[in-house]
Amino acid sequence: MPMSMSARCSTDRPGGCKPPGQLGRRFLMSLVLLMEQALNGLQFGIMLFLMAAGLTLIFGVMGLINLAHGSLYMVGAFAAAAVAGWSGSFLLALVASLAAAALAGTLIELLVIRRLYDRGHLDQVLATFALILIFSESTRWVFGSFPLYLQVPAALAGPITLPGGIQYPVYRLLIIAVGLAVAAGLFLLISRTRIGIRIRAGENDREMIAALGVDISRLYTLVFALGAALAGLAGALVGAIQSVQVGMGEPVLILALVVIVIGGIGSIKGALVGALLVGLTDTLGGFLLPVLFGAFLEPSAAASVGSALASMLIYILMAGVLIFRPTGLYGAGT
Amino acid sequence: MKLKSLILAASMAAMASGAFAAAHGGKVKVGMITTLSGGGAGLGIDVRDGFMLALKMAGADNVEVVIEDDQRKPDIAVQLSDRMIQSDKVDVLTGIIWSNLAMAVVPAATAQGKFYLSPNAGPSALAGKGCSPLYFNVAWQNDNLHEAAGAYANDAGFGKTFILAPNYPAGKDALTGFKRFYKGELAGELFTKLGQKDYASEIAQIRASGADSVFFFLPGGMGIAFLKQYKGSGVDLPLVGPAFSFDQGILQAVGDAALGVKNTSQWNKDIDNPANQAFVEGFQAEYGRLPSLYASQGFDTANLLLSAMEKADITDAAAFQAALEAAEFDSVRGDFAFASNHHPIQDIYVREVIKEGDVFTNKIIGTALEDYSNAYVDECKM
Repeated sequence: MPMSMSARCSTDRPGGCKPPGQLGRRFLMSLVLLMEQALNGLQFGIMLFLMAAGLTLIFGVMGLINLAHGSLYMVGAFAAAAVAGWSGSFLLALVASLAAAALAGTLIELLVIRRLYDRGHLDQVLATFALILIFSESTRWVFGSFPLYLQVPAALAGPITLPGGIQYPVYRLLIIAVGLAVAAGLFLLISRTRIGIRIRAGENDREMIAALGVDISRLYTLVFALGAALAGLAGALVGAIQSVQVGMGEPVLILALVVIVIGGIGSIKGALVGALLVGLTDTLGGFLLPVLFGAFLEPSAAASVGSALASMLIYILMAGVLIFRPTGLYGAGT
Repeated sequence: MKLKSLILAASMAAMASGAFAAAHGGKVKVGMITTLSGGGAGLGIDVRDGFMLALKMAGADNVEVVIEDDQRKPDIAVQLSDRMIQSDKVDVLTGIIWSNLAMAVVPAATAQGKFYLSPNAGPSALAGKGCSPLYFNVAWQNDNLHEAAGAYANDAGFGKTFILAPNYPAGKDALTGFKRFYKGELAGELFTKLGQKDYASEIAQIRASGADSVFFFLPGGMGIAFLKQYKGSGVDLPLVGPAFSFDQGILQAVGDAALGVKNTSQWNKDIDNPANQAFVEGFQAEYGRLPSLYASQGFDTANLLLSAMEKADITDAAAFQAALEAAEFDSVRGDFAFASNHHPIQDIYVREVIKEGDVFTNKIIGTALEDYSNAYVDECKM
């Protein structure tokens, strides 16, 4: 045993020679780190779910590709920042984000989106892309070019120690809780209520439920407003720990599109599973790959190669899922 | 017939006299390509405002400025510069914020005989082998503030620093610059995604790494997100970074999370010289907000141009270049000179984020590098 220890010391890098007690502690440390990263992945996935749920509902029910979904996320964040700055209340800010995004969603549905249902996807992409530009520039016009201030409320700031010695920010736990609550609420809404029945019917056969006397245009506006409100809530929740600025929605939109492709378009369950998969893959991949490459590359190269590969990982995941399930994990099939 | 030729003659004369005025009246046409919309618009707006303020304060009526928005897109920047050179007939180009846009525009512009004065981007390629007699950088070489952060880390006694930057050329330059001066051990080295907004994973790794300090280069919104999340994570190792994450434009959005953080900068509003006082007061009076680093760079760029116009005519390129090289203007930074590769020789300071009343801002607490130029001087042969 002492022999093997000394052999380890001589071959190891400088500073890498540790007595066995410390090695054990290091293993425990990395286990804690791994758990913490898993929580981070979960939180990231939940946030993506809030975005993807609206997107997939809108696509599923109306067959519409809404690129402006990221703008609604931005509207929520800006509304929250403005109201928090004015009233000082974070709860009020969250309510404002829901209301503002739902209002913006209703408005664009009535004015623009409504005219696009019968058009091809290309027209929809073009029109909703125009909406992104309009939203971005009018937000800059109203709020200026500099990022806004939105802070986590003092009561939720700082970390909490979880069982196992993991230090984790309280606010991120709150995001996980809110996201799970929204997911549960959506499942109940879709599976147990009359509106839910209509939404599901709308996904299956639009003409038929219109023929059965359901006011389809009101249903569409409602679904759109609901999706917008969820995006706005995500924007406000995330804006408090990231930055509230023009153009914040587009990177998230791309990830949300990946999520609904993986989960299967139109499926809330698919959106949840897809979001968690993407969140965990992205976070754990970004953390583990550089470590993995570090085993046989020098640190600087390992960091560079590892993070380059990690940023491709979710797209590789998407390609993999599509090979085996072309309609996504919970897609309706053809 | 007679009338026609008379008109022709008159118009010829008018054109000739116009040309005469342009050549000898010392008028200079400046093309400013900068980012005025999209995510990084705050930087371009500050450069523009600083530049225009300098012209206004100097009462310069012999400079005409054409301003266009590049939307932070290299292809648009190239189109704009072609148009400005060919149809607007500008003499001098300036304004670009981002290094990738500068790389797309500057070599082509200088090849066509136009002066380019950079108010921000200073990629190493343009400081070393790709340097040009017509290219001047008035801000810094990209590595400078990171090198200063490395020097500060030594002074502060950091022995095990964790370093991170986005995975793109300027991010790699940042870590290289930091390591060029930093003498201690690295606790870890990470490249994040460009535009990444969630740093929970990186912060967890910092916590587990046993580092005694953190160096980060995350400009704009990335820095806001990192600082807020770092504060919330309970990790309280000292942070150091270049000024870009602590600038006037974004500090208010970061709030308390930035208080006390050390950052390196070649300028601050409390540098004590008449030019700087006049600039800070003038900027606040004109625009109703505190000036930023970028505004100071735009201001210096305009004053450099004006100083050269006093000494030489833009039509005499060699004389104008010599006048620019002399850099005889009152920089808001105090002492300012150009190294042989046309990048500044200047002091780089350490600043600390403080709160003045309700406003978050910076205060100089020391000097990290004195009269420093850059690492690429010897590679530049012009």
